[in-house]
Amino acid sequence: MSRMTLKTEGDTHVIVTRRFAAPPEAVYRAHTDPKLIQKWLLGPEGWTMPVCINEAKAGGKFRYEWTNGKGGGFHITGELLELEPYNRIVHVERMHLPDPTPDNHIETRFEPDGAGTLMTMRMTLPDGKTRAAMLATGMEHGMEASYVRLEGML
Amino acid sequence: MHNLDAAFSALADPTRRAILTRLATGEATVNELAEPFEMTQPAVSQHLKVLEDAGLIVRRVEGTKRPRRLAKAGIEAMDQWLAMLRKALEANYDRLDEVLAGMEKHKKGKKQ
Repeated sequence: MSRMTLKTEGDTHVIVTRRFAAPPEAVYRAHTDPKLIQKWLLGPEGWTMPVCINEAKAGGKFRYEWTNGKGGGFHITGELLELEPYNRIVHVERMHLPDPTPDNHIETRFEPDGAGTLMTMRMTLPDGKTRAAMLATGMEHGMEASYVRLEGML
Repeated sequence: MHNLDAAFSALADPTRRAILTRLATGEATVNELAEPFEMTQPAVSQHLKVLEDAGLIVRRVEGTKRPRRLAKAGIEAMDQWLAMLRKALEANYDRLDEVLAGMEKHKKGKKQ
């Protein structure tokens, strides 16, 4: 099953698409309601999000903090620029590692797709180097999970 | 990959992974590679040597410059990383599927 696509576009964009069985209203809510976000936006196995603040209004702020329960962790802060229930969210975010990374500008669309939803997330980074660094950081969390799996196999 | 161990230990370092990611966007000189990482040239050269010995990158001679680019094994490694990032995102969305299914049940339960 491969319902998700992840690709780069031009020098500065990353595009993610994913289909969901639920209607746009539900998928939109799962992206804006902190109680729901905390249940799924976790990354690799073993990570949790103890702090999840999302003001869910245009001009509002959000802050997500993750931990791996072993002293590792980081957080993201951002601002919500546009909210069109239940079609579209535009926001900017940055990771704090702990120094803030350059802003990632993200437009997320939720379109009806049969009885479900097609979500398209379009990220725009300031330049190619920043995009490369972001992908490398994301990979690191993926790498960690794969190392753990590898340890289990050896 | 013939020297899998070397490749794997080369990939264990976050700076070297970031260097490979940078090279995925095109050829670069040592100076160009040193800049975004705020590292000295010798430090970057050391990482490049490890990557080169592992067969992940190759160098070209152009006057006094030695621009590096990804070797075939390096491109394959990059593909694997993207697959891993994809996996972390997929894990999120698989969980979201469950959250959405739970929301649907909740709604139906209320109606009854």
